[in-house]
Amino acid sequence: MALVLVLIALGSIAFHLLSPWWWTPIASNWDYIDTTLIITFWITGIAFAAIVLFVAYCVFRFRHRPGQQAAYEPESRRLEAWLIGLTALGVAAMLAPGLIVWGQFVRVPSHATEIEIVAQQWRWSFRLPGADKRLGAADIRHVSDENPLGLDPQDAAARDDVVVDGGDLHLPVGHPVKVLLRSIDVVHNFYVPEFRAKMDMIPGMITYFWFTPTRTGAFDALCNEVCGVSHYAMRGRVVVDAEPEYRTWLDQQKTFAQLASGPAGIRHAARLRADRGR
Amino acid sequence: MADAQFGAAGALPRADLDDVELYHPHSWLTKYVFSQDAKIIAVQYSCTALAIGLVALVLSWLVRLQLGFPGVASFIGPKEYYQFITMHGMIMVIYLLTALFLGGFGNYLIPLMLGARDMVFPYVNMLSYWIYLLAVLVLVASFFVPGGPTGAGWTLYPPQAILAGTPGQEWGIVLMLVSLILFIIGFTMGGVNYVVTVLQARAPGMTLMRMPLTIWGIFTATVLALLAFPALFVGAVMMLLDRLLGTSFFMPAIVEAGQRLAYGGGSPILFQHLFWFFGHPEVYIVALPAFGIVSDLISTHARKNIFGYRMMVWAIVAIGALSFVVWAHHMYVSGMNPYFGFFFATTTLVIAIPTAIKVYNWVLTLWRGDIHLTLPMLFALAFIVTFLNGGLTGLFLGNVVVDVPLSDTLFVVAHFHMVMGVAPILVIFGGLYHWYPKVTGRMLDERLGQLHFWATFLGAYAIFFPMHYLGLMGVPRRYFDIEGLGFVTPSVATLNAFISIVAFLVGAAQIVFLVNLARSRTHGAPAGGNPWRATTLEWQTPETPPAHGNWGRTLPVVYRWPYDYSVPGADRDFVPQNQPGLTRAEAGAAS
Ligand code: HEM
Ligand SMILES: [Cu+2]
Ligand SMILES: [Cu+2]
Repeated sequence: MALVLVLIALGSIAFHLLSPWWWTPIASNWDYIDTTLIITFWITGIAFAAIVLFVAYCVFRFRHRPGQQAAYEPESRRLEAWLIGLTALGVAAMLAPGLIVWGQFVRVPSHATEIEIVAQQWRWSFRLPGADKRLGAADIRHVSDENPLGLDPQDAAARDDVVVDGGDLHLPVGHPVKVLLRSIDVVHNFYVPEFRAKMDMIPGMITYFWFTPTRTGAFDALCNEVCGVSHYAMRGRVVVDAEPEYRTWLDQQKTFAQLASGPAGIRHAARLRADRGR
Repeated sequence: MADAQFGAAGALPRADLDDVELYHPHSWLTKYVFSQDAKIIAVQYSCTALAIGLVALVLSWLVRLQLGFPGVASFIGPKEYYQFITMHGMIMVIYLLTALFLGGFGNYLIPLMLGARDMVFPYVNMLSYWIYLLAVLVLVASFFVPGGPTGAGWTLYPPQAILAGTPGQEWGIVLMLVSLILFIIGFTMGGVNYVVTVLQARAPGMTLMRMPLTIWGIFTATVLALLAFPALFVGAVMMLLDRLLGTSFFMPAIVEAGQRLAYGGGSPILFQHLFWFFGHPEVYIVALPAFGIVSDLISTHARKNIFGYRMMVWAIVAIGALSFVVWAHHMYVSGMNPYFGFFFATTTLVIAIPTAIKVYNWVLTLWRGDIHLTLPMLFALAFIVTFLNGGLTGLFLGNVVVDVPLSDTLFVVAHFHMVMGVAPILVIFGGLYHWYPKVTGRMLDERLGQLHFWATFLGAYAIFFPMHYLGLMGVPRRYFDIEGLGFVTPSVATLNAFISIVAFLVGAAQIVFLVNLARSRTHGAPAGGNPWRATTLEWQTPETPPAHGNWGRTLPVVYRWPYDYSVPGADRDFVPQNQPGLTRAEAGAAS
């Protein structure tokens, strides 16, 4: 048993160091999260190895042999105080950076662009502000096949919003974005592992998180809160572009006003109905 | 005793009978089936829990089959997959672990370890079991109704839990909620009993600070459960009303598949708060009895007093109290006000301190002990390793910002399996190997036990340790299929297949254990009254297995704490709690 315990302690460390499974290369500003994670790995790893090896030593050194008697030692105030102090120190060393980074996570930079992601079983839609640089009003009452995001047709701020329904979301590299999250049916969660950040989307509420994409590329997004039978198939994609490519892409997108009146909207509605029929 | 006769119907019992005689059962049916004896009820609870646990085990095989070898089993589609994980999780947490620790170990050990004759309300105690059985049957019934059991995930988050996009929306979710409501009613009847018995029915001399830690653990867990289950109860009732009567407690305005539903105005997050206000203490409802039991196993089999008994008691109480102010660490990315994160991360990490004390004290109990590597001791050591591992990964998930990338990935699955799946189950096994001789009078087979131990311990570690790293990579939990995710490297499939194969082996080892349980009842080596030379009262009963009423004519008197092992000056390496002097000679002279 003692030997097995030693192997577990060393084997776990070896696995940690050598195994090919590790986090995805980061693509956002949240490397602070990775740093906190590494600090936590160090502290907990040391505690784990130390305690398991100590147990292994005890099991070997104090194993039963004929004639052996255990010591009688009910408690030791001093030792306990030391251990409590040391543990508290370790906990503080993890909590302090954790809370500092959380402080950054909840405070969105004022120059962040607001964009919106809307979830429904089992697909994503995206909305970007139009020329007025802000997102218009939306309400579940307006949701229809022609208007899947429920934008308010009376609101001028909404009419110029860019709606991406069924395509990839593009973002310019290096600009902080505040992602507003909505759901029109059940709880979903938008997660791109490379960005590290995620948040649930709750029907009847608007939630948010923010991040800054730091490298270009295409990243898979997934739904990360169980949302029904096709939860696992609720995928999406975020493409982070350099500024010129982003502009080109943006110019090809349709605004809410264009979609609602044009043939694209009608075609889209027909496709939705057909999907549902299947 | 057996020849005690009662007069014709309606006549009073003879006056010269002892009080004790009056409540003995008089037919096979009242003795073994509708029994009011806590020991029989304990066995009933344990057998039912193990039986339904076997279902959960088979479900975990099916889940692992799909994850390790996607598409190989054609009968597992996404619908079935979600139903399987939901039922697996719910059964394991509620119907196996909670029922086994409190209904099983609690019923057996509370009266015996405290020197009581029985629970204080034996009739209510009996009802508790039968309602639990009913809850289990309702749960099982949901496998056979149209649409099958619910596939909402064991957390049952609305709105999806009661909408058509989730499997089992027709009947499954209704039966699940009804079953939970029944379970809570049944549990409350038992729980009131455990608390009152601990507070009121201890033998003379058994002060609170002389109670074995097993009892402290079970007692505190029961108090927690009595305070936490009501939150789940109201949540379940409200969701049932939403589902059946169209109320909107948890349902905002929703457009589902193009249809505007009649709901409006409710709050999905409210359910999450209710659920986790129950759900987090639930972790400790399972963990605290395990803490207590493992303390006693370590002390007995290392022939040494538990180190820092008072600190251990206070740690249990502190953990119990703190566990009510950490629930929202399950909701860091739920969309609740993010400023809550500061508070809940702090409380969560503070809980690590009393928890760490417990680990230190177990380990320090081993120091300079006389360690017998019996099966209960092996399981206790395995518990320390897995609990330590799972507890430490809890520091990742509790530290709000670190939880953001990890939540709802396989990291979480690995963490909670280590800490509240594997670790408590190992204690249950250790406890069963330890107390089985008292329950049946026979030892469990050692060779089968060794096989069971090594397969379970090493297997479970091999399943769940590597799984953390998949979660770190971003592999989500509750995914029927991860095909096509760009960030998942091809080698993940290999690891998943490996994990599944180990899971099948670990499952098979549990069959060995069940065979051992069944066979040793008749074929095991006779155990005698106190095979482990333990100090606590249950090992000092006049008969083994203990008779109804436990103690014969006179209750035991308690003279000392439960951890007098290897006391200098004693004639044996243990001094039973009911022995007045250090040596038996002294004790004889005194009485
Ligand atoms: C051999 C033992 C076990 C194996 C192989 C196993 C395997 C699994 C797997 C593969 C999942 C689904 C992961 C996912 O895709 O989300 C799962 C979920 C779960 N398991 Fe286990 N498990 C075992 C024992 C236990 C035990 C003892 C518990 C008791 C606490 C437990 C509690 C749960 C819970 C609560 C869930 C979550 C269900 C959900 O997502 O709704 N499991 N298990
Ligand atoms: Cu979803
Ligand atoms: Cu919790």
